[in-house]
Amino acid sequence: MNIHEYQAKSILAKFGVPVPKSKIAFTPDEAEENSKEFLSGEGSVCVVKAQIHAGGRGKAGGVKLAKSRQQVREIASELLGKILVTHQTGPVGKEVKKILIEEGCAIEKEFYMSLVVDRSSHKVALMASREGGVEIEEVAARSPEKILKEFIDPATGLIPFQGRKIAFALGLDKSVINKAVSFMTKLYDAFVASDCAMLEINPLVLTKSGDLIALDAKLSFDDNALFRHKDIEGMRDLDEEDPKEIEASRYSLNYVSLDGSIGCMVNGAGLAMATMDIIQLCGGSPANFLDVGGGATKEQVTAAFKILVSDPRVKTILVNIFGGIMRCDIIAEGIIAAAKEVGLKVPLVVRLQGTNVDKGRELLATSGLNIITAEKMDEAAQKAVNAAKKA
Amino acid sequence: MSILVNKNTRVICQGITGEQGTFHSKQMVAYGTKMVGGVTPGKGGSDVDGIPVFNTVDEAIRKTGANASVIYVPPPFAADAIMEAVDAGIALVICITEGIPVIDMVKVRRFMDGKPSRLVGPNCPGVITPDECKIGIMPGHIHKKGNVGVVSRSGTLTYEAVDQLTRLGLGQSTCVGIGGDPVNGTNFIDVLELFQKDPDTNAIVMIGEIGGSAEEDAAEFIKKNVTKPVVGHIAGVAAPKGKRMGHAGAIISGGKGTAEEKMEAMSAAGIKVTKSTADIGKTMLQALAKK
Repeated sequence: MNIHEYQAKSILAKFGVPVPKSKIAFTPDEAEENSKEFLSGEGSVCVVKAQIHAGGRGKAGGVKLAKSRQQVREIASELLGKILVTHQTGPVGKEVKKILIEEGCAIEKEFYMSLVVDRSSHKVALMASREGGVEIEEVAARSPEKILKEFIDPATGLIPFQGRKIAFALGLDKSVINKAVSFMTKLYDAFVASDCAMLEINPLVLTKSGDLIALDAKLSFDDNALFRHKDIEGMRDLDEEDPKEIEASRYSLNYVSLDGSIGCMVNGAGLAMATMDIIQLCGGSPANFLDVGGGATKEQVTAAFKILVSDPRVKTILVNIFGGIMRCDIIAEGIIAAAKEVGLKVPLVVRLQGTNVDKGRELLATSGLNIITAEKMDEAAQKAVNAAKKA
Repeated sequence: MSILVNKNTRVICQGITGEQGTFHSKQMVAYGTKMVGGVTPGKGGSDVDGIPVFNTVDEAIRKTGANASVIYVPPPFAADAIMEAVDAGIALVICITEGIPVIDMVKVRRFMDGKPSRLVGPNCPGVITPDECKIGIMPGHIHKKGNVGVVSRSGTLTYEAVDQLTRLGLGQSTCVGIGGDPVNGTNFIDVLELFQKDPDTNAIVMIGEIGGSAEEDAAEFIKKNVTKPVVGHIAGVAAPKGKRMGHAGAIISGGKGTAEEKMEAMSAAGIKVTKSTADIGKTMLQALAKK
């Protein structure tokens, strides 16, 4: 699960990570009002930042500097309701519905810092680089040696020497080393205590007055751990998600929306991916990834069907089920009931294999529904691709 | 022979009184697995279909002589269950549970350091040695005794591959599902090493998916250490970047872990890589004919 920058900063602040003062605004009036306290001093500036779930906002014109309340109002009016297109939003872009008004700061240097779970070491890895404000993927591709890494033992947490190693390697002055170690320790604590999947501070800023501040913050969370973080779950912004994906998550279906024309319904994540691949190999393109799980119920199958049928891009539906513990006849009953309830407007190709497959196929054949059946995966994919081309 | 489990494996089930635990314990018994006990804290002294239930893993091992445990405990309590089994010193722990927080697994891995237990999973279908021992949730009847070892990150995709092998008359020595989570126990290399040493395994099917670099590492290992023919497959060529494809571990992040990279590494290591899932069985038949 992803959250907005302002939410990420509120979580980090709870763990004592220094973040700039800021206020969220939904209207130009609010924005102007909220900028008051940041624009009181001589020569003071504030930053207006569009809040969307995507990186690359700065380059896309979603982050702007303002020197007066009037300017804040103008920028706010321009940004709110605007569709921002960044390299992470795709060509459709995302509508800006809220903006963050933040106090400005005098930047001495910018750095990059992040935490992720490293698969090969089975530990949380702390990464840092001198190249702040730059996409870490770019740095990794160009000069991987510039990315500093420390792996953290879960039994000890971040040990101060690990923090010092990174701080010195970043070229920080000895006067700020302890501040840096404290900053990293708090980041690690926030990461573990909140069950983050990824925590990224880019840039991490050294101010002219010698303070370290998380100027931007991006947090994403381990969906499997949300059960113990109701407060974080409450930060979910449905406006930022695909409506079909929201609907699917209500029925515990794993659904990812794609661009193609063949709607897929499969049991198991691996087989669902393999089904998308084989559609592509046969010259078609999948409209989605959809894993109904190993023990899908009739309700889940029906919900899945409704999502596929409601998608105007779907020209054909391909169901690929390998019945393991789930019996094929039960699945066939679910498909028939769903197809009858929802109504079949596009060709439906069904491939059943596994336990009680003969009974399942017989049910489909005698259902009176216009179902194209297949025995093998490649045959099913080819039939679906052909049907989609005719449509 | 086979790897990890055989007809002498004595199995207990943690979470046996839960719906999943009870259902699959009965299925395992029906397949012929020696289910010697179960564990549910607070339900010690009762039984499930004649299988005695104990309060702790330690007690279950002492009273039954079990050497393997299968875990169906719900995600919030699964890490605790794995560590209890490891602490009790059981040789093999197979965790079926899907949805364990990754930070919990980081702690589990640290806890396991220096301890002799082997963990398979979590979020996996389990391990089966056909006609001898089935530990997990896979449909037993699609398997056939034979000499092809199967190792995979996915559940139903493994069934698909096994079904193709069986239909072509290619039986399996052992099939191991290592699971789709980013932090897990046994990895591809561990299983490949066992298959290479197993005299009854003549060839290996390895099924990976997008995310991480386990397949690349395995390819490197195969190049240096595996002399048996290997057929490989990677799911997720059509998957977009940055989206989690069902499995917590199946995500292309920062442009890393793509199917193309993995297939390239595997081909370079001499693995016969099939682009289509439907060709896994066929390709194995060809690989064995050439041998």
